[in-house]
Amino acid sequence: MKDLIKEFAKGIIKENPTFVLALGLCPTLAVSVSVANAMGMGIAATFVLLGSSLIISLIRDFIPDKIRIPCYIVIIATFVTITELCMKAYSPALDRSLGIYVPLIVVNCIVLGRAEAFACKNNLARSFFDGLGMGLGFTLALILISAIREFLGSGQILGHTLVKGFEPVFVFGMPSGALLVIGLLLGLFNLLKDKRV
Amino acid sequence: MNIQEFLTIFISAVFVYNVILSRFLGLCSFIAISKETKPALAMSSAVMFVIVMSSMITWFVYRFLLLPFNLGYLRTISFILVIATFVQLVEMIIRKLSPQLYRTFGIYLPLITVNCAVLGVAVLNIDMFFINGKAVAGSFYYSVFQGLCVGLGYTLAMLLMSGIRERLELCNVPQVFKDFPLAFVIASILGLSFMGFSGFKF
Repeated sequence: MKDLIKEFAKGIIKENPTFVLALGLCPTLAVSVSVANAMGMGIAATFVLLGSSLIISLIRDFIPDKIRIPCYIVIIATFVTITELCMKAYSPALDRSLGIYVPLIVVNCIVLGRAEAFACKNNLARSFFDGLGMGLGFTLALILISAIREFLGSGQILGHTLVKGFEPVFVFGMPSGALLVIGLLLGLFNLLKDKRV
Repeated sequence: MNIQEFLTIFISAVFVYNVILSRFLGLCSFIAISKETKPALAMSSAVMFVIVMSSMITWFVYRFLLLPFNLGYLRTISFILVIATFVQLVEMIIRKLSPQLYRTFGIYLPLITVNCAVLGVAVLNIDMFFINGKAVAGSFYYSVFQGLCVGLGYTLAMLLMSGIRERLELCNVPQVFKDFPLAFVIASILGLSFMGFSGFKF
């Protein structure tokens, strides 16, 4: 049990997919305009990660080594399609605002990375907790970036005004603002890591 | 199909909605391989080739396989499979035909399979040039041309970035900002200048 908790917890801080492993940056930057979008994307990616980790760890002994990557991609693409259809049916507004970044979860390096590095070598329970932890770490990172961007870019978080009379910095809602925020955050994380050592 | 439309696609794909700096597609390869100009150029040409070819192939797959059989929802799966297979094929052909070329961009080819720019352009083409399940007139040419322009935009961003990073090697930057963080900050400043092309919509 302790082992499982460790697999779960490592994805959140120690091996955070966004800030430490620097994986899956494209969707992170593109959808982090608002916290609501970020949560939607986080949940979608977590679902895909969890589902594909489970299936891959279940059939890991049957997949021939040479064609494992195409096999992983088909499994991941299936889960992405499920997510896409569910999102279209239950929250069309979120689907519209995420746009092409939903089908692009297929090529999100976190999902394929976890399949290749973890799920194909570990049993069901460990893969499940690894997927859950990584998904949660990804979601938290997305929420952190989007909260900074939404606050600075529009003065609001989830539609609530936090500080009265705050003049929004327009550029943080734009693509270059996203790059700036993640650059500075990565620098900050490096600084914290240096301090600890 | 007219010249004006092509011009619009060119300006918007290369400058206004630059694939890297404003759509964030292919960001991983952009940050990882832009340290020096030569590999950056090789990667860009490989990406451009694959994007153009896959725009063609995915158009045919969508128009003649998925649409007639009402299988639009299989778009993601079929596209990624087609792209992965195509990249593998190109790699094999290049290795057989020209070892020279294989050494220049062969090692980057497998990376391109999971480059979101390729799948992104394929999906974007379908979203833009198929309206209500019908291909707009000349959509094939638009798709291929858009693929080419996105490739050009990728090359442009890659060249700018690698040129700047080569010079940065000689600069004294804070230790915590070395490599990735600084690359992002530079990309952000590049992005700011590209925003000028969209004319600051407030």
